[in-house]
Amino acid sequence: MWGIVLLTLRVSGTALLLSTLIGIPVGCWLGFRRFWGRRLTIAAIYTGMGFPPVVVGLFVYLLLSRSGPLGSLQWLYTPNGMIFAQVIISFPIVAGFTMAAVMGVNPNLRQQLVSLGASGWQTTLTVLGEARVGVIVAIVAGFGAIISEVGAVMMVGGNIEGVSRVLTTAIVQFTRMGMFDMAIALGIVLLLICFLVNLVMLRLQGRYLDQ
Amino acid sequence: MREIICELDGVVKCYGAREVCRVERLDIRRGEIMGIMGPSGAGKSTLLRLLNFLEPATSGRINFDGYAIEGTGSPPLAVRRKVTMVFQEPMLLSASVAANVAYGLRLRGEKEIQSRVQSALEMVGLIHLAKAPASTLSGGEAQRVALARAFVIEPDLLLLDEPTANLDPYNVALIEGLILRVNRERGTTIVLVTHNVFQARRLAHRVLFLLEGRVIEMGDTEQLFTSPTDPRTAAFIRGEMVY
Repeated sequence: MWGIVLLTLRVSGTALLLSTLIGIPVGCWLGFRRFWGRRLTIAAIYTGMGFPPVVVGLFVYLLLSRSGPLGSLQWLYTPNGMIFAQVIISFPIVAGFTMAAVMGVNPNLRQQLVSLGASGWQTTLTVLGEARVGVIVAIVAGFGAIISEVGAVMMVGGNIEGVSRVLTTAIVQFTRMGMFDMAIALGIVLLLICFLVNLVMLRLQGRYLDQ
Repeated sequence: MREIICELDGVVKCYGAREVCRVERLDIRRGEIMGIMGPSGAGKSTLLRLLNFLEPATSGRINFDGYAIEGTGSPPLAVRRKVTMVFQEPMLLSASVAANVAYGLRLRGEKEIQSRVQSALEMVGLIHLAKAPASTLSGGEAQRVALARAFVIEPDLLLLDEPTANLDPYNVALIEGLILRVNRERGTTIVLVTHNVFQARRLAHRVLFLLEGRVIEMGDTEQLFTSPTDPRTAAFIRGEMVY
């Protein structure tokens, strides 16, 4: 059981980290910059926020299958493939919510920061700090989408015991086998992980949540 | 005759096809307070934004402290950091009062931040609120923090965009005192945009009257107020200009 928990944390934790590292800069870029094709890009991000995980799983499966364009990576039925699929699920959520959060910061504040001598990077980091409640919501939403999804990891990972079985796919497996006590126990562990991660995020939001 | 710190030469600013500001010639002298007055939509804030390099001119030349910016060009960060602006709305960060005042110093990697912040807060009379969250301040206190945040970085050119708009007479008097003090004690060059002709007369050494994006008249304060050469300036001073 602990192997399943650790693999779940490794896969979803890595996917969340990558989604955050890509999603926050993309969200800031979409929020701050005005460029040709911005609306189309935002529409694509919004569509990505609603991707059914099973459809993502199908596309990633086709990409990673031996005859697919990324078949040479040999990531199918491995944790790397599952991380890849989960990044595709959570990245648009992190980017979309981050964009909304930074756009919610008064544009005059950005002007004020520039006027006080902030460089482009300093302005972006300060605005991110001002929007931190929303940015952390973006990360929480990205985490929620991947820790609880089953379709993509099932298709890409294959639910192989000791290799690619994570909490959600294990719950499905044990339920199908009629081992409800094990399925319920894993369900409780999954809920506990979600709760603990959200507690950490709340701590990061700090006192700004109350203002 | 004082040294010129900033000069505008044939500067035009357009938004699309609409020309919002045209300044054929403007010199700002080091150590002076220049008042810019005019009705709403006259281009006062646009002119300040050009002086603060927040947006590029459409054409023309801005020469700041020996550095020339042609047309749509923008100056390097080091030049940009010599100018700062206090907006009509204080725009404070969600942080403590002291952290807000320290912001510009931190950006520049300055030393002795704490002592400089302390003396800036003492100057504006808010040292007792140093640790308070900025969100808990009144309008007048917030504007004084915004002024302290600008004063502490000791800019060569300080731009004030209607800093006392919407404030009560007590805070107006307090802020006017601070503006005069920083100009007299530190020699900071100040450009003050105001709707209030009385305030311009109280504070400015020279005054510029802007209307529909054009400089109508510019001169020493007393001369402009007592004997304006343009009838539109005279009407504005008398409060007869409907805007």
